[in-house]
Amino acid sequence: MLHQIGLHSADDLFASIPEELRLTRALDTPVALSEIELLAGFERMAAKNAASQRANFLGAGAYSHYIPTIVDHIISRSEFFTAYTPYQPEISQGTLQVIFEFQTLVCQLTGMDVANASMYDGSTALAEAVLMAERVTKRSKVVACGAIHPEYLEVVNTYVQHAGIELQHVAFEPSSGQVPASIAHLDDKTAALVVQSPNFFGCIEDVAALAEQAHHAGALLIVAVTEAMSLGLLKSPGAAGADIVIAEGQSFGVPLSFGGPYVGLFATRDKYARQIPGRLVGEAYDQQGRRGFVLTLATREQHIRREKATSNICTNEGLIALATTVYMETMGRRGLRDVAVQCAQKASYTSRRIAEIEGFSLPFSAPTFNEFVVLGPGNAAELLSRLAAERDINGGLALSRYFPDRPNDFLVCVTEINSRAEIDALLDGLADIAHSSA
Amino acid sequence: MTSTDITKVTSHISHNEALIFERSQTGRIGYRLPPLDVDETAIDEIVPKKFQRDDDLEGLPEVSEVDVIRHFTRMSTWNYSIDLGMYPLGSCTMKYNSRLNEKVARIPGFANLHPLADEKEAQGALQIIYELQHHLAEITGLPGVSLQPAAGAHGEMTGVMIIRAYIDARDGEGASANRRTMLIPDSAHGTNPASAHLSGFSVKTIRSTSEGLTDLAHLREICSHGDVAGLMLTNPNTLGLFERNIQEICQIVHDAGGLVYMDGANMNALVGIARPGDMGVDVIHLNLHKTFSTPHGGGGPGCGPCCSTAELEPFLPVPRIVKSESDVSPGGGATFRVDFNYPQSIGRVKAFFGNYGMMLRALAYIQTHGNDGLREATEAAVLNSRYIAHELASDYEKPFDVPSMHEVVFTDKRQSRKGVHTLDIAKRLIDYGFHPMTIYFPLIVQGAMLIEPTESVGHQELDQFVAAMRAIAREAVNDPELVLNAPHSTRIGRLDEAAAARKPVLRWKPKQAASAG
Repeated sequence: MLHQIGLHSADDLFASIPEELRLTRALDTPVALSEIELLAGFERMAAKNAASQRANFLGAGAYSHYIPTIVDHIISRSEFFTAYTPYQPEISQGTLQVIFEFQTLVCQLTGMDVANASMYDGSTALAEAVLMAERVTKRSKVVACGAIHPEYLEVVNTYVQHAGIELQHVAFEPSSGQVPASIAHLDDKTAALVVQSPNFFGCIEDVAALAEQAHHAGALLIVAVTEAMSLGLLKSPGAAGADIVIAEGQSFGVPLSFGGPYVGLFATRDKYARQIPGRLVGEAYDQQGRRGFVLTLATREQHIRREKATSNICTNEGLIALATTVYMETMGRRGLRDVAVQCAQKASYTSRRIAEIEGFSLPFSAPTFNEFVVLGPGNAAELLSRLAAERDINGGLALSRYFPDRPNDFLVCVTEINSRAEIDALLDGLADIAHSSA
Repeated sequence: MTSTDITKVTSHISHNEALIFERSQTGRIGYRLPPLDVDETAIDEIVPKKFQRDDDLEGLPEVSEVDVIRHFTRMSTWNYSIDLGMYPLGSCTMKYNSRLNEKVARIPGFANLHPLADEKEAQGALQIIYELQHHLAEITGLPGVSLQPAAGAHGEMTGVMIIRAYIDARDGEGASANRRTMLIPDSAHGTNPASAHLSGFSVKTIRSTSEGLTDLAHLREICSHGDVAGLMLTNPNTLGLFERNIQEICQIVHDAGGLVYMDGANMNALVGIARPGDMGVDVIHLNLHKTFSTPHGGGGPGCGPCCSTAELEPFLPVPRIVKSESDVSPGGGATFRVDFNYPQSIGRVKAFFGNYGMMLRALAYIQTHGNDGLREATEAAVLNSRYIAHELASDYEKPFDVPSMHEVVFTDKRQSRKGVHTLDIAKRLIDYGFHPMTIYFPLIVQGAMLIEPTESVGHQELDQFVAAMRAIAREAVNDPELVLNAPHSTRIGRLDEAAAARKPVLRWKPKQAASAG
């Protein structure tokens, strides 16, 4: 082929690169490995991740749920996972119809009118929601209230630092764990009130009351959901009056995978559809009147609007959105509620039983879904590390990781995959370890 | 089109498939949970009634497992994919996605690992991040690496925020307030200006020369204004041309007090051949879902690492994954830590560590190729593109007579005389069994067709592609209607996108609700 195009050596291909810039040595990266060697190497690394092999009660934004076998089967079909963004609708109808169904399911679960084709994850979706609220209201203050996932807040901080948005924070009520009943920070400069429900401590917020307060000030209410499974049981944020709902979709059929790839869900009201960031798929018809689907309202997007776009997002989380779509459709109307109810029942059992152990209590009074904070008799990080070492259980998250003033608190998550035996082992472990160190 | 012209595509079964909501039947289920094994409490006692849903999840589908399998399998047959053949989308680098990498990402020790696990119990996972950082630093010649950004545009935003933070630290917040101009060539991806805007910069456009390269005179002129924070440059640029004056470009921007960000979307032309760090570039993003073959998945997930000079390293997102030589693990090796202590950092751009599953796949790609294989892949990618440039020159107009790198741009200038435009050529290519090239991009070339074959195509399929393109060029002269009405072989014809945008229908609704409004 080289000779066919009039060249003599592979080096000739790079003649347009100045000679002094061309690498004259081999890259100092590993030499090629066979499949056998490569897999053995990765298996060795995987074996060093002891935390991956235990009964798990750790949630805090990433959840262990059952994944039906067909999810991985379908996302492994090469027609889905080796396709690009559906720029040519005639040969991308599979991807496009999936996204249309995804958008519909997200609307149904969140109680909203319109959802986009996905964001990177919950945290970046929240940051984009804040930027959107500023565009919609042309106001520049955003009030984040209560216990919002600390890493989500960090991401929002990074995004807004150059956008001229002032981010204020309202602390949670120390007895309930919820947002205080009345929020003094709302005024005519407030673009949005941001709340997470269930919040970082697992407490369910009174979203309807917050919507009323936000709307009274002319602000939007942004609701963040990190545990999407809660939508199967809890009142949808849309029904409670939210204007923008963002969620982390990982709970719907996506493995923990050390934090990603996950998928951000983003939904809003019809009237704000043209302000939504990211891609949208809509219905369209061909000349014969056959229904199909296309990427639409592209004039919001960066490839047309450049610096005036609603967002810079291009590649999103297509395949993960597919996984969540397969999950939501497989579980369906009945299954989504059944799983949510089992989570709530098992968490309720666990929290009641932990509170019965001497030295342990539940510091927050608000109702919870599948996560709750426990106040232990001593340092929570030490307790959890002994629980891992001695009982082979990930008992939860020591809150001191994010809240240094709460050394004895830890956050416990219980889902449908935690069996009674695992839960009882957790209870025994907590009692025995606390007792032995007392 | 006669049957002998068709060397690749053939017709096949194409099932109609309704939306899942239209297939739903009350009472059908496709799952089974174990019975609840704890003492049950009334649900209203756990969650007060007012916080519970009262819509009974109406409208969500009720289907069986086999319904779901058939639904998605049928829809999948309507997609073109890399595994069906050449996918020459310029700037997208649609290369083969190794199944081995998929297997690696699914190893339970990674797939079941919680991101907030104690770092001592996630040493293998952290070591993989560290090693990938190390390799990407070697490949780019830029020592500071963060794998946190989730996609290319996210990496761009991160890179530009780093430039801003660096300038603020260097000049002081007040002094740097007057340095808010980001220069972007007119050939750039739309994400560049959008990312610059997101980071608080105003955008000025740099012209391209008639050769398709950055106009140095224009760059000098704008740099003399004194308010330039940086330049965002794609190299090779989106015309597939290496910016041969890159060192001088970097010098001009640096002399003006600015920094150079390189969009690494086109790194597939450079891996093992030349390094941005050696060219004078300060910060770059990579697309692991392009150059390092992690699958596109119908639009993601991606992974957009940011690589920087040592000078910019303190500004990278936190947390960083670092190697701790002093703190030796029980097995004797080094330990790996999650380090938050970078006070000058721009902050966090994503929860947890980024799209970790893509990092596993990219590391597996680097290991299977080896250092010589990475270079060979680059050579093959450029050779394939040059071959197409050579073979199609007789039938299609090339806007620039400069040898291209890994992708080549043509225009519809000749075909448009007969009323056949780039869109029509792209649609007709579908009938020949290929995914179309990138069309109408870059914007500075009228009727652009940007073709990137990648290294994952053999001589035979390149010839099939060339034959298809030549056949279309002939058809454009002899039977333009055939091209104008293409595609003829797909499940649906061209869709009315204008009507779809005028009155958007963005979700399914039950019939009665739809008619009610």
